[in-house]
Amino acid sequence: MTLADMELKEKAKSIRKEKFKKRMLGSADRRGLLMTVVVYVLLITIAFIFLYPVLYMFSRSLMTRNDLLDASAKWLPSQLTAKNYQDAILTLDYWNSLWKNLVLALLPTICQVFVCSMVGYGFARYKFPLKNFWMAVLLLAFLLPPQVTSLPNYLNFSRLKLADGTVKPFLITAILGQGFKSVLCVLIFYNFHRQTPQSLVEAAEIDGAGHFKAYWRIALPLCTAAIVVVTLFSFVWYWNETTLVREYLGYGHTRAKGLTTLMIELQKFEDSYNTTFDARASSVTSTNKINDAIRMAGTMLSIAPLLILYFVLQKQFVESVDRAGITGE
Amino acid sequence: MSMGNFLYEKVLPLLEYVPYALLIGVCVALLITLIYALIRNAQKKPVARGVRESLWGYFFIFPWVVGICIFFLSGVANSLLYSFYNLKLDNGLQLIPLTAEDATGAQVYAPLANYISVFNKELNYPVTLANFAVSLILQLPVIIAFSLIIALMLNGRIRGRGFFRTIFFLPVIIATGPVMSQLTAQGVSSVPMVSQNVITSVLTGLPEFIATPISDLFSQLILILWNSGIQILIFLAGLQKVPTAMYEAAKIDGASAWETFWKITLPSLRSMILLNSIYTVVTLATNSTNPIIDLIYNATYAVTKGYSYAAAMTWMYTVVVAILLLITFLIVREKKEKKSNDVWRRDVEANKRGMQSKKVQKMLERGKAA
Repeated sequence: MTLADMELKEKAKSIRKEKFKKRMLGSADRRGLLMTVVVYVLLITIAFIFLYPVLYMFSRSLMTRNDLLDASAKWLPSQLTAKNYQDAILTLDYWNSLWKNLVLALLPTICQVFVCSMVGYGFARYKFPLKNFWMAVLLLAFLLPPQVTSLPNYLNFSRLKLADGTVKPFLITAILGQGFKSVLCVLIFYNFHRQTPQSLVEAAEIDGAGHFKAYWRIALPLCTAAIVVVTLFSFVWYWNETTLVREYLGYGHTRAKGLTTLMIELQKFEDSYNTTFDARASSVTSTNKINDAIRMAGTMLSIAPLLILYFVLQKQFVESVDRAGITGE
Repeated sequence: MSMGNFLYEKVLPLLEYVPYALLIGVCVALLITLIYALIRNAQKKPVARGVRESLWGYFFIFPWVVGICIFFLSGVANSLLYSFYNLKLDNGLQLIPLTAEDATGAQVYAPLANYISVFNKELNYPVTLANFAVSLILQLPVIIAFSLIIALMLNGRIRGRGFFRTIFFLPVIIATGPVMSQLTAQGVSSVPMVSQNVITSVLTGLPEFIATPISDLFSQLILILWNSGIQILIFLAGLQKVPTAMYEAAKIDGASAWETFWKITLPSLRSMILLNSIYTVVTLATNSTNPIIDLIYNATYAVTKGYSYAAAMTWMYTVVVAILLLITFLIVREKKEKKSNDVWRRDVEANKRGMQSKKVQKMLERGKAA
């Protein structure tokens, strides 16, 4: 082996080393292998943390009483059972409550989306006296805790005999732009309408379309992404809220008398269970007592419609997030 | 009748009617303008552009204006007003004086009585407020940093981007009161691998008022991470608005990924960080699992406390939240003056105000001497 050979070998080695280093750590235009592995490991870990409660709920809800007590069956049930779900359906009066809840969440959501998009358009497009004052009020409504206004509103509702267990108070507030978290909806639409080119709307108006027609035909179709986001969010907010819903329905209101939501039913799950199955009377025979599996089945059932809706709309939602301009400048 | 009592009994209660007066005023003004515009129209005379714009603007926001006056502003006025008096709710949901002495008309001028008695009666309240503030200050950076990291990873080129996004936005859908309390009751809200004992043993050296929130932070890690769905959304939308030309320029100049992040990505996200911080503070302060809100609700129906007392508590809470928001704002906002290190530009600005910075003066003197 000559000296030149040695040198050549040395050079080849260093080049290989360089290449290896580049592949692992990456260069200016490519991410290295190491970085890629780190990113994926992190993503998968966090994804697991996010899914963990749902998976836990699901696996628990399928367990039998013996599995719950058995420490070795922490994750997978040894035998699947649907009895928990049957019990939970009876306790929640599921199909009835589901229908009532859909009415209670869908109708106000539709009103809220429509009204908030109009208000956002009004703020984004026109100049009018007191505009800055109303914008300041809008921000104040966003920042103040809702507890400040909730009790006076409740008193107003009950004095006007509105809190009567129907959908009326929900509709009235939504039509007047005061639904749940409507300020956020208005802000999203405001940002979005501000981004639509004024010239398009003005061109339509020159062509003889009225102001409302220009909004309905031009501006609204241009913000489909915002409509998807706001619809999904509003529906979720109406579905998940409990404190305000109970206030609007009136305290002391029960599901037998009027509307209800699954979340409210879930809050008093244990009491309903005990009355449904008369568990207190037969508490000596412990087979009838409520257990975690039934609770988890109830929880699963009450968020099931949201999960289904989310996975149906998921593609549009994730895409529209890119375009929705939720943020503003 | 003394002046104070007169204000207290006759003038202050008018506050309740201010929002309605505002609403009626706006309606009347709109009606007059509308009639004027219609008459001009009927006479085939042109209506000024500004007038038309205002009318159409109010056409679009009118339902909201009515709603905000009736439901929001009147609620704010009511609760502020009642916090200065001594009222409670009776069974028929009417507001009546809290005690018999109040009912005999022996009201004295004492607008801040409720606020003072919160401190006397509710020994827990200041402590709870302070705990809330500390835990919020601890949670905020965790949520912001976490959601920023996730948004950065989701924004890069990765496989299964749609899949990961679907999972990371899942909490927006299901992270709520009753579901959360069921999960917390099951002990699912802490990370299964991290042992609680290790954390507490590390923290024993610290004073209790700091150690408790930190161990809470760890025990509720999943809940905290679950609260960051919307923040991830906001960061993602913000990341997409950073112009790609900037990254290309940085690449040509030979900047590393690390440098690019600190010099380009983070500064462009500054307004998003501010927005996110404010959003986080507001949601943490107003969500229904918050212990302070429980306290307020209980006080509303307690025999010795009543509605006015609860209203005073609410306003104290509001002030605390406002202070926290202000602190967040001051920390995160853009610091414009520090940015302009350029002496000459600063001098131009100073010159406009008829001054010259000392540094430039010295430089000029040196120039003359040479």
